[in-house]
Amino acid sequence: MADKRLKHKSKYTLDRGIPGAFEGETITRRRFMTGSAHTAGAIAAGAFTLPALGFAVGPILKSTPHRWEPVGSEATFSEVNYVPVVITVTPNIGEAGKSTAYIRKFNPAIDTDAYDKGTPYIAISSRCAHLGCPVRWVDAAERFICPCHGGVYDLLGRRVGGPPVRPLDRFYTRVNGGDVEIGPRFSVNSELRRFSPRDPGEPLDGVGQYLYPSRPGAQKL
Amino acid sequence: MPKLPKLPAPPMPAALREPPPRPGDPNGKKGPLDEAMEAGITVVDWVDERTSLSGAGRWLMFRKVPKGTNWFYTLGSATMFAFLSQAVTGVFLAMYYRPDPSGGAYESIRYVTNEVFLGQFVRGMHKWGSSVMVILVFLHMGRTFFFGAYKYPRELNWVIGVVLLILTMTMSFTGYLLPFDQRAYWATIVGVNINGTGPLVGPYLSDFLRGGSEFGATTLSRFYAIHMLLVPGLLAALIGAHLYLVAKLGTTAPPWQKAEAPKELREAEV
Repeated sequence: MADKRLKHKSKYTLDRGIPGAFEGETITRRRFMTGSAHTAGAIAAGAFTLPALGFAVGPILKSTPHRWEPVGSEATFSEVNYVPVVITVTPNIGEAGKSTAYIRKFNPAIDTDAYDKGTPYIAISSRCAHLGCPVRWVDAAERFICPCHGGVYDLLGRRVGGPPVRPLDRFYTRVNGGDVEIGPRFSVNSELRRFSPRDPGEPLDGVGQYLYPSRPGAQKL
Repeated sequence: MPKLPKLPAPPMPAALREPPPRPGDPNGKKGPLDEAMEAGITVVDWVDERTSLSGAGRWLMFRKVPKGTNWFYTLGSATMFAFLSQAVTGVFLAMYYRPDPSGGAYESIRYVTNEVFLGQFVRGMHKWGSSVMVILVFLHMGRTFFFGAYKYPRELNWVIGVVLLILTMTMSFTGYLLPFDQRAYWATIVGVNINGTGPLVGPYLSDFLRGGSEFGATTLSRFYAIHMLLVPGLLAALIGAHLYLVAKLGTTAPPWQKAEAPKELREAEV
């Protein structure tokens, strides 16, 4: 190894007679100068591009804190019908941050799915699972109906017609000092199995949950 | 006092000497119009001597166009003027607009429409002009396609044109939210969620657009910044590249135009 190094003549050493070269030099000064100027330029450009990009992309990775919002006393809600309540999804932006949830008391006769055991209240999001329009509970039809593209859901929020790809999202509920409180949103697949919250239009059956990964910051409880 | 003989003029440097009268000038006398023209020529010459821009101007403006060039060839310029109209009206709308989701955005648009002098007119130009621009883009694209003007050596210009089309669509999408009425809000919710239905990248894309997991305080300002800072700059730069390539490569003859044989190869007319 040592022999090899001795024999090896660098292209740019004194041996080649380049003026001003010194022993062991492996790169011409012109080339070094060009390289350092480019590197300095790249560092300067990166110094403002990368923070700006991170600034714009950052919200994807940010986790939102869980909020619990009181929506009324326990007497407000019944086991047989939904009561609409206005909730705040995003605080401090007025009407644009509000949404509607439909709430009723847990009813063992209807809510037979194992996942609903131990949930004091069933709170269904009015955000259509197709593209996010607001659905409305129609008493006469006993269906949630979306005005935009004709999505129809049954009493439990399961799709019965139209383009939606999964049932309506739900909220965690709890009772705190006689008041019903609504917590974070979660999504369900067609068997009402719970998943961390997804956006509308993202199916959760079969391979869907892998094709549409949940955002890093949002987890179900 | 006796009149003194007039002294000969001192030898002046060339720059200060009176220029000789131009040929065709009556008596070599210059009226105010000539003076003004002279001044204009001097200014243009001054700039041109330092920039050589007149050559570029001639190169851009005085091009040879093929036989058969017709009204369809004006669709590209029409699109560009639609863009310029959007740019100018947009700049003035931005003087009044407030990207405030808790009511300020809607109120500022209402103010522009109902209170500002000519506000409804300028906003109308911007609103309807956006549709005009999209229609013109498609007509221009159709002309290019059906005339075969996308073929060698103009493929790169077609690619730039497609990017311009996508950017125009981005402008339409982000601009639609800004009035912040019910229609704008719900159309954007649906539009962002359509973005989200793309497998794997979709959820991240819609998070990027909203600036978070929900439609939030920064969504409107984010759309506003994209609409009036990010995309217009890209559009203007790419339109420049598009125009450069048009000037460099020239335009195509329409497909029905038969190539004429050179004179020496033509058979004698019967």
